[in-house]
Amino acid sequence: MPESAETGGAVRVLEPEAIGMLLIKADLASAPVAAAVKRIFGVGVPGRCEAEGDRERAVAWMAPDELLALVPAERAREALAELQSALAGEHALCADVSAMRACFEIQGEGVRDVLAKGTPADVSPSAFGPGGFRRTRMGQLAAAIWMLDGRSARIFCLRSEAAHLREWLDEAVASLEADEVFFRS
Amino acid sequence: MSTRLPSGGRLVDRGAPLKFTFNGRELKGFKGDTLASALLANNQLLVGRSFKYHRPRGIVACGPEEPNALLAVGDGDRAVPNQRATMVDLVDGLAARSQNHWPSLEHDLGAAADAASKMLPAGFYYKTFIQPRPAWKHLFEPAIRKAAGLGEAPLARDPETYEHFYAHVDVLVVGGGIAGLAAARVAAEAGMQVLILEQSNWWGGRAVVDEESVEDVDPADWVEREVGILSSMDNVRLLPGTAGIGVYDHGYAVACQRRPAGVQPSQRLWRIRARKTILASGALERPLCFEGNDTPGVLLASAARDYLHGFGVSPGDRVVVLTNNDDGYRTAAAVVEAGLSVPAVLDVRPTADGPQCRRVRDAGIRVEFGKGITSAKGGSRVSRVAVCSFAGEGTVLEELACEAVAMSGGWSPTVHLWSHSGGKLRWDERQAMYRPMPDRPPINSDGKPSVHAAGAANGECSVDRVLQDARAAAGEALEDLGSEAKRRIKRCSGPDPACDVLPAWLVPQGMRRRARGRAWVDFQNDVKVSDIQLAAQEGYRSVEHLKRYTTLGMATDQGKLSNINGLGVLAGHLGVSMGEVGTTTFRPPYVPVTFGAIAGEARGPLFMPTRKTPMDAWHEQHGAYWEPVGSWRRPYCYLQSGEEIADAVSRETLRVRTSVGILDASTLGKIVVKGSDAGKLLDMVYTNRISALGAGRCRYGLMCNENGFLMDDGVVARIDDQTFLCHTTTGGAGLVHAWLEEWLQGEWWDWKVHVADLTEQFSQIGIAGPDARKVLEKLLGGGVGADELPFMAWKQAEWRGLEIRVFRISFSGEISFEIAVPSSHGQELWEELMGYGEEFGIEPYGTEALHVLRAEKGFIMIGEETDGTVTPQDLGLDWAIAKGKADYMGKRAQERPHLSSALRWRLVGLERMDGDSPLPSGSHAVSAERSEHGHRRAVGRVTSSYYSPNLKRPIALGLVERGPERMGEVLEFLVEGGTANAKIVSPVFFDPEGSRLNA
Repeated sequence: MPESAETGGAVRVLEPEAIGMLLIKADLASAPVAAAVKRIFGVGVPGRCEAEGDRERAVAWMAPDELLALVPAERAREALAELQSALAGEHALCADVSAMRACFEIQGEGVRDVLAKGTPADVSPSAFGPGGFRRTRMGQLAAAIWMLDGRSARIFCLRSEAAHLREWLDEAVASLEADEVFFRS
Repeated sequence: MSTRLPSGGRLVDRGAPLKFTFNGRELKGFKGDTLASALLANNQLLVGRSFKYHRPRGIVACGPEEPNALLAVGDGDRAVPNQRATMVDLVDGLAARSQNHWPSLEHDLGAAADAASKMLPAGFYYKTFIQPRPAWKHLFEPAIRKAAGLGEAPLARDPETYEHFYAHVDVLVVGGGIAGLAAARVAAEAGMQVLILEQSNWWGGRAVVDEESVEDVDPADWVEREVGILSSMDNVRLLPGTAGIGVYDHGYAVACQRRPAGVQPSQRLWRIRARKTILASGALERPLCFEGNDTPGVLLASAARDYLHGFGVSPGDRVVVLTNNDDGYRTAAAVVEAGLSVPAVLDVRPTADGPQCRRVRDAGIRVEFGKGITSAKGGSRVSRVAVCSFAGEGTVLEELACEAVAMSGGWSPTVHLWSHSGGKLRWDERQAMYRPMPDRPPINSDGKPSVHAAGAANGECSVDRVLQDARAAAGEALEDLGSEAKRRIKRCSGPDPACDVLPAWLVPQGMRRRARGRAWVDFQNDVKVSDIQLAAQEGYRSVEHLKRYTTLGMATDQGKLSNINGLGVLAGHLGVSMGEVGTTTFRPPYVPVTFGAIAGEARGPLFMPTRKTPMDAWHEQHGAYWEPVGSWRRPYCYLQSGEEIADAVSRETLRVRTSVGILDASTLGKIVVKGSDAGKLLDMVYTNRISALGAGRCRYGLMCNENGFLMDDGVVARIDDQTFLCHTTTGGAGLVHAWLEEWLQGEWWDWKVHVADLTEQFSQIGIAGPDARKVLEKLLGGGVGADELPFMAWKQAEWRGLEIRVFRISFSGEISFEIAVPSSHGQELWEELMGYGEEFGIEPYGTEALHVLRAEKGFIMIGEETDGTVTPQDLGLDWAIAKGKADYMGKRAQERPHLSSALRWRLVGLERMDGDSPLPSGSHAVSAERSEHGHRRAVGRVTSSYYSPNLKRPIALGLVERGPERMGEVLEFLVEGGTANAKIVSPVFFDPEGSRLNA
């Protein structure tokens, strides 16, 4: 992952290796969904605006009837098949969306400051702690942000807009001054 | 002369001298100076010419209310016009220039306008420049704009950068004076997240300059202590140099932060959500209206103190003070304390006995009660004032020689941000000020106040009351937030005895007519007492009308100094109270904000996101000539070396008809619809019967809105029993997805359907032409013959271990396939297909060739043949409407008389009869017959028009009244420079039997 790392100010921008991403649209309160998520991804169904899991395997809340599962890329096809068979009798839509979005990770003291330059969502520690997940925007782009811990966050955007987000992040990171960080950890 | 005093100036560092230039002349200042204080220190009193009459103007204020000292700061690309010298930090090498004069600041020919000012009263241009009519646009307006301009914007791109920052806090405190600091402390100690904004670079506001002590401590020490405590708290952020510029609904506030010179981003726009805003923005001192009050050297009394105290700058050796309240005396004391002299304090009040007055009288300074200034003299710098009785008409009693006049007309609470989101004001007769109405604050979504006014902004004057009011305001806010201040403090009751003011809108009150034309209310927009009275006399009695007629308060200072005085003059003229006159509307921003700050980082490469397909880089390398399609960029054509655009389009078009072309169709929308009610949903949103489609088959579908008009089209593929894949237009993907969700969430919430927009999951590659199948066979090793994959079928295949889908659909009339592959492999598949196609001469084609090919076949394009007023029936697409369906979106609307009229404009082909160039797209056909008035009726228009390289002639599609019934008729089209004739023909120009498609 750190191959494309660049440093700027107190935060660096990383491009994680390809991530397997699976879309799940279903009744999130249903027992079969919870069971399938638990069995296949090893985590519970996340609450509103939250993600369960870690960089390896996670499930994020996207909408009241939508989850995004994140797995190693090579696991995606298999996990999708498992999902589809587990939810075969349910009213659910599962799809491999690994190629649809790009993901960046930002790391460093000023992670929240970088996010706050682009998202109107509240990214203060009290409102957006580790495991927080928001569908919002960064600058002019539709984006999802996932707070991994106080010092690192992942940002997802559409594949077609990845270059724009990268440029945006590089600029936001470069203009960050350590002595002026708004969100002290 | 204004000059730097030998000592004093708490804000400047005398050990750090700086050089700067004003109109090219090198001057010296100190670190900590503002541009205004440094100019005054160099005796540069004259800083600009007024907007309309080109009067010489000097510095009046020391803060954001400054109306005159608007300068261009910086050189070349970095020049920023209309900067308030009072708000510009002096840096070494700063270059400032004055504006609005020619040829020079000292000798301005525009000043002729002043001599003619009697002829140029309020609204003169409405009355004068009437005839001849065209002259307004071509002569009068350009000439007036040139004469009455401000600074010029640089032409080059701004090298500075800007950014936005979103902050969410419990309590936002606007203003870092003692009220703001005290309120912030209360909120902070209750554990709230607090953000404090201060527009200047220092804390403490007026108290540091004006007060002896604050809570028995030296004011500067008090401020330092409080700022220290707040800075050390983790839940508090302090932002100096940051002006709160607007308060909006839902606790939204905007602030603009100036950053030190040379630091990037140079400005930061703060977009703040606050559960509560405490407005501690202080108050602004009002000038007084007397003849010649705009003469350089006449300034606000508070500003005179600020320059002495903050910068060690004297406004002049002899300072006459003119006041209607006790605060003017503070200036008299400060002047004398600085070792300068006060010839007299002229107090318009009959008498006064406040502590400030006593202090000045005890010091032996001459005080004249009931007196005013009838006229300030001196032209480009004040040299003496004529004293009169305030009660009279201005008869001169004596003249006083002086270098400066310090005026105080009382204080106006800075209520702008209170008013932005709906807070109401009341006129306090006793304190002569508009104050926030405590029971009519701006309201939050919970029905509670979103803004709490505190301290001087709330109309309090003395230190103790200001602090009590601020702490009480914070307590109120905390209570609403469910958190109690340690000790609840109540607001003060009754009027503040420290505020002893006599409203004096005109000095003298019986000002003679001639003087009224020389007494300025609005310095920046050159509005005089006489203008306001004239407007009122002419019927502009409403304050909003008066404002627009006279331009009072409409300059870049937004009337910070002039509005209340103007209202006072109007009230006096109309004989009504101030409360009856009311105020004009306060609108954000409180101070001017640059476009750069508003745009933030959205400029240059980040101006607007451009969506790029996975093959974008390949296109770029292969000569793509781009066009924007929705938010995407797509190749319009691929230019080979030395090729013209039209030639490239022809080449690509011919290649598809003769061998094979390849198209990046990745931008088409791909929406998956799944569920037991999926077919039911699609039968409702498409005009045809999608549910009847068998798995493995495709169908072209039309989507209409409720009004029956065509909104999108595309091919729907049935994936399995419960799953459909709907292709949309490039620009329609987001719209269609939202449209489906809207109906599902809002109307058909109980239908079992899930919808997902998978547009970007797949790259889609079209290959079209007689050799397309051969290329595909090489990719897949067969299985795509006419029987195995017939027209309008799709199949799944495997390529390099990936599942791909192959659709046999056509938008060109040729044998054509579209292959969908995960976007991660789009470029790889593209290059592989290029390799397989090499032996057939495969070439990529762009959107224009795509358009030509479809037009040759008479296929419609959303956005070309449709414009939101066109039905499928208009386009001859009746075959794609399921007649037997009980309902579909738009069905009922399409049955209305107008949409089912025989006179609808309908799709036809148009063959140009006179010329080889295509009919101009958009041109209209007109009727042969004329109405009784000689008019010809529009009877049709060209919707698409191209040169067809295959037919070697121009072709066009159009909508024509009863078109299909009029085959063979020749229509006359109005085109630039004349008319063109075209024959109505079938819209299918090429291969009408469709034999190529089914081969």
